[in-house]
Amino acid sequence: MKHIQTVNEPTLQATKTSGGCGECQASCQSACKTSCTVGNQVCESKK
Amino acid sequence: MNNEMSTKIHKFVQNGMYILLDVNSGAVHVIDKMIYDIMDIFNGKNDNEVINNLKSQYAENDLKEALDELHILMDKNQLFAPDIDVPPTFKAKGLVKSLCLMTAHDCNMRCKYCFGDTGEYGGERQLMNNKVGRAAVDYIIEHSGPRKHCEIDFFGGEPLINMPLVKDVTEYVRKREKETGKEFKLTLTTNGLALNDDNIKWLNDNNISLVLSTDGRRETHDNMRPDCGGQPTYDKVMKNFKKCVDSRNGENYYMRGTYTAENLDFTKDVEAMADAGFDILSMEPVVLKDSPYGLTEEMLPEIFAEYDRLTDFYLKRHREGKGFFFFHFNMDLSNGPCVAKRLAGCGAGHEYYAVAANGDLYPCHQFVGRNKYKLGNVFDDLDEGAEDITRYFRESHVMNKERCKTCWAKYFCSGGCHANADLFHDDIRKPYEVGCEIQKKRLECAIAVQAVLSMEKIGKKDYKPASVNC
Repeated sequence: MKHIQTVNEPTLQATKTSGGCGECQASCQSACKTSCTVGNQVCESKK
Repeated sequence: MNNEMSTKIHKFVQNGMYILLDVNSGAVHVIDKMIYDIMDIFNGKNDNEVINNLKSQYAENDLKEALDELHILMDKNQLFAPDIDVPPTFKAKGLVKSLCLMTAHDCNMRCKYCFGDTGEYGGERQLMNNKVGRAAVDYIIEHSGPRKHCEIDFFGGEPLINMPLVKDVTEYVRKREKETGKEFKLTLTTNGLALNDDNIKWLNDNNISLVLSTDGRRETHDNMRPDCGGQPTYDKVMKNFKKCVDSRNGENYYMRGTYTAENLDFTKDVEAMADAGFDILSMEPVVLKDSPYGLTEEMLPEIFAEYDRLTDFYLKRHREGKGFFFFHFNMDLSNGPCVAKRLAGCGAGHEYYAVAANGDLYPCHQFVGRNKYKLGNVFDDLDEGAEDITRYFRESHVMNKERCKTCWAKYFCSGGCHANADLFHDDIRKPYEVGCEIQKKRLECAIAVQAVLSMEKIGKKDYKPASVNC
């Protein structure tokens, strides 16, 4: 496309009916401890 | 644009790029100025209105071409994607899979911003004993159901002053792993003062991930993180951290700092960490109420400008081949968490508990000592009525928080930190506003970083940054 460059292949809609296994790390257990940051967590099943 | 559609997108300018985020799909589009302007009006079905409003600024054929591209995105569900409801994958009740062990309600430092009252957490200084530690391990195994991966963070106070407990719990975890098939990830958060050859070797041999606390520059660190006698600690801890990180081949750690009102130029602190030879970094805003070190609404413009500088610095180092990981910028826009995870958030109070030194359970480490949130203890499970609290935490996701429902950042931050909301509003469903604003700016920077790296990776040579001063 000339005016738009999409930089990712989003999966959010696809996980409305999948996921939820809960095997991923609790976000607060990594580095923050004072804020909630979930968007940068890694899906354990896609590692 | 009508309100219904405006909550489905977020457009912003960062690092010379016009960026469009589709909230409900997570699609990130780098766009030109014309699309940026179109999105002030476009709602998916008003092409003529867009053209009539903008034809004095842009050629009509160009507008039609741009609108065609937007319709392609809509057809791919990457623009105005449908709203998301609570999915069936988000179970009504959480399974506890993570514990934060308050191994020591005591500390060998006296950090001025400590949310744990330098270790006391509103109570007495005490150490966790092995009986409590082992009961905590049993608790998580019993309450994590079929989940294979569990986590324990050795926290404090300072956990290294209670190494016998850390060692005993680790030994017990490894035994119970074999018996149950569970896999535990163990983390230890330390100020580094008590690191030595012996405990470094033990931590390495036992695969303990480390969170290393320091604040960056010597003057920042020594100002905020003195020892019990008020003496500076920078030289001691940095020497220990270097030895420790080198001994584990630069892996399996995070170096984590806190910025306060006294170092709003915190990019220099991140730079100091990087220049000291560390490359897995985080820098967090302090959260304090009624404190001279606390962050206020008036400081936000300065903080936002600093995140712009941090973004520039991050990209500069990356391009120089001296890149580093920054916790909040490490975002996989294509393979991020599922919807259920984004609702569960940090899991505090329903998937994640803190265990106080005496075995009492709290929703997370920051709630320890806030008596109305005591949930029970590791020996007797939850108190009567505590299930109502855990249910409330479980249901306090972004779809049940008024301010979050229409916020573009909701699927990244998951509604923010419950403890911070409680601290400022006495209500975990009312997010802490300054934290929200910082979070949103940081997310814009993170998305821009990922967009830049993605464009550079695919060799988008004709990509021309917009000439805007952001």
